[in-house]
Amino acid sequence: MTTMTDPPQESFRLSMLLNDTRYRSYTFQFIALIVLIASAAFLMSNLFSNLAAAGLNISYQFLGTPAGYDINQTLIDYSSQSTNARAALVGILNTLLVAFLACVTATIFGVIAGVLRLSNNWLVSKLMSFYVEIFRNIPVLIWIIIIFTIMIAVLPGPRAFRGDEPAASMVFDAIAFTNRGVYIPAPVWGAGSLLVVATFLLSIVGVIAYRRYATKLLYDTGRLLPMGWPSLAILFVPTLLVYFIMGMPIGLDYPVLKGFNFSGGIKVGGPLIALWFALSIYTGAFIAENVRAGIQAISKGQSEAAGALGLRQGRIMNLVVLPQALRVIIPPLISQYLNITKNSSLAIAVGYADVTATLGGITLNQTGRAIECVLLLMLFYLTISLCISAVMNVYNNSVKLKER
Amino acid sequence: MSDTSAAFVRTEQVPPSPPPTSATGPVKWAKDNLFSTPLYSLLTIAAFYFIYLILANTLPWIANGVWGTSSLAECREALNGVSGGCFSVLTERWNQLLFGFKYPADQYWRPALTFLLFFAAAAPVLFFKLPRQLLLFTALFPFIAFYLIWGGTILTPILALVGFVAGYFVYQRFVAGSFAAGFFGGIATAFVVWIIGGMLIPANANEGALLSTVPSRDLGGFMLNMMLGVTCVSLSVPLGIALALGRQSDMPLIKWICVVFIEFIRGVPLITLLFVASVMLAYFFPPGTTTDLFLRVVIMITMFSAAYIAEVIRGGLAALPRGQYEAADSLGLDYPQAMRLIILPQALKISIPGIVNVAVGLFKDTVLVSVISMFDLLGMIRGPILASTEWNGVYWELLGFASLLFFVVCYGISQYSQWLERQLATDHR
Repeated sequence: MTTMTDPPQESFRLSMLLNDTRYRSYTFQFIALIVLIASAAFLMSNLFSNLAAAGLNISYQFLGTPAGYDINQTLIDYSSQSTNARAALVGILNTLLVAFLACVTATIFGVIAGVLRLSNNWLVSKLMSFYVEIFRNIPVLIWIIIIFTIMIAVLPGPRAFRGDEPAASMVFDAIAFTNRGVYIPAPVWGAGSLLVVATFLLSIVGVIAYRRYATKLLYDTGRLLPMGWPSLAILFVPTLLVYFIMGMPIGLDYPVLKGFNFSGGIKVGGPLIALWFALSIYTGAFIAENVRAGIQAISKGQSEAAGALGLRQGRIMNLVVLPQALRVIIPPLISQYLNITKNSSLAIAVGYADVTATLGGITLNQTGRAIECVLLLMLFYLTISLCISAVMNVYNNSVKLKER
Repeated sequence: MSDTSAAFVRTEQVPPSPPPTSATGPVKWAKDNLFSTPLYSLLTIAAFYFIYLILANTLPWIANGVWGTSSLAECREALNGVSGGCFSVLTERWNQLLFGFKYPADQYWRPALTFLLFFAAAAPVLFFKLPRQLLLFTALFPFIAFYLIWGGTILTPILALVGFVAGYFVYQRFVAGSFAAGFFGGIATAFVVWIIGGMLIPANANEGALLSTVPSRDLGGFMLNMMLGVTCVSLSVPLGIALALGRQSDMPLIKWICVVFIEFIRGVPLITLLFVASVMLAYFFPPGTTTDLFLRVVIMITMFSAAYIAEVIRGGLAALPRGQYEAADSLGLDYPQAMRLIILPQALKISIPGIVNVAVGLFKDTVLVSVISMFDLLGMIRGPILASTEWNGVYWELLGFASLLFFVVCYGISQYSQWLERQLATDHR
């Protein structure tokens, strides 16, 4: 009998770094690391010698100094004496405001257009594909400027509302569309209004609880409770009752024409409206395509099978088609929300004070701190988009097909 | 029982009678497609009213348009209170809209010729049925275009071309042995040629050149949009492929470099990258060198679209069945061979619609350069033209013209992409 011997242990040779696939990847990564460090060092040394030549340094102290400029649309207290950091915060809130508003309306436009595009009505579906093609193929910046131009060039000035026979009049005596912005009534919170709001919030919880209970009852006993009108009743009746019992604490402050301009109410500036509407109608066209693709992705057999089980049309949509279509629709929908947030930076073209216009625009120009401002700006957008992608990943994992 | 007991038997077929008018022709079509239910009828009427409103406002405006006046005041006079467009701003400022306001007027033929040659260069890339020899012209086009638009000494584009040709020959010589040797050898050769050649070109070569030098800051108008779009898309496709392959790599360091780059670029708006190009990038170049804004913008937009294209191609790579990779391995191909011969041709084919989408989006995004005060089409409209005393207030004609140009180009590209998708569909349906 011969004994088995181990194969001769191959010793490591230098040439294996190039020829052996086990070691070659280390060689490549080492080279990549060297190149990375070298180019970073090259760029940094350029940066510092350029900064030194220009007599500059990297410092974030400008954030604490007074900004020195006014912002016409703010959500929080701000004056020209506030710090640059405060101005950036105003900008961030304005960005989030317009992004949130545009996400809501873009979804509404998109869902309506996407569903109508699939309708059997020839004219309506053609009209919707026309809308989608027109808006998808023209840059959003041009749309923002077109709508802003409509705001300032077509809408009447406050002067047109004056006199006995005014050239323009307010809608429902409450909303005034002017070239300086849209004036809407502002809510006035009187004593006891907190109770009304609390009741309303509790009613929402009540509606959810009622729906849960009805579903549970349906699954346990097969008895079907009505859903529609009880939900509405729970939502509104207690709130209205409390509202009248407390003596109508919440009033409205209507805008009125005083002198050369409107006063009272809330002024929604023209740039905000232009940006909001343009972003929603532009992104709505993309969302319409996502919605259409999602609904078309559900095979016809699904709705036919549901029909064979005896479900009504509405229930087929709610219980069978939509849950499956949403799996296809929601990931691209969320990336459209991300696009809205990023496109809201175009506010700078119409003078809406978002974070790009305050931090990346006026603050940058006044302090000359280009590198710091642009880095902070990028950091903000990066944080937002990483948060949104994290939400998307959680969602994708939760709706992933559970395959065994 | 016999048949004869029947009182009446029809011996010939009854001729078919025509369907009632309500079940045929346009009436039936309208009934099925426009008025099938009360809700649809309502929608149809609303849609018709909407279309009527739009047409009633725009058609007279276009039909009454004035094309020959030289200022808004003259145009208003010519219109005499009738609703109509002052399209004369387009005819009067046509050259500015297309070429910007600084490009020397007697040299307009140069960008115009480049634009025509561009179609000849793009044709063999877009239509596979054309003879492949035409690709030679496509390869030469960047150098011709550079020479025509910027002018100056012809030695610069020739030197660039010689560098590429030398690099290509070195690559061909060594690629049989190892892809890496060929690739890096080719790049090194090209750089050596450029550096040596750069020393040989005299510093005053631009003086008295056949075509006068046009600095980049004089470029503008729709030409600038086209140049940015074409340059950045064509540069970002190879970069995007490299990033996508890097992201799929087994080597953690390479993979993470690519992931960080892609996610960073995709997480910030293009406008912040343009800010980087306009105010920040100059700090990262060696002290004493000046790079013009056009080049800096091209760098940033290329990085931007490369990140998006990389994600599209990564989708294409992931869509390939695992068997394709294993088949390549079992044939004994190494990584570059497997990628070049088996994986990428299939993955790129799947990615074409996505790449075209990115290209359309990028072309639309080139108008953003107007924000960093470059005078592209939109920059020209908002800056010199609307600010001029003659045409202050002519919004709709100009914005409509810009929209129309972009719509035609982008819609054309997306139609081409759909046609190409049908051509490339090799699955049997």
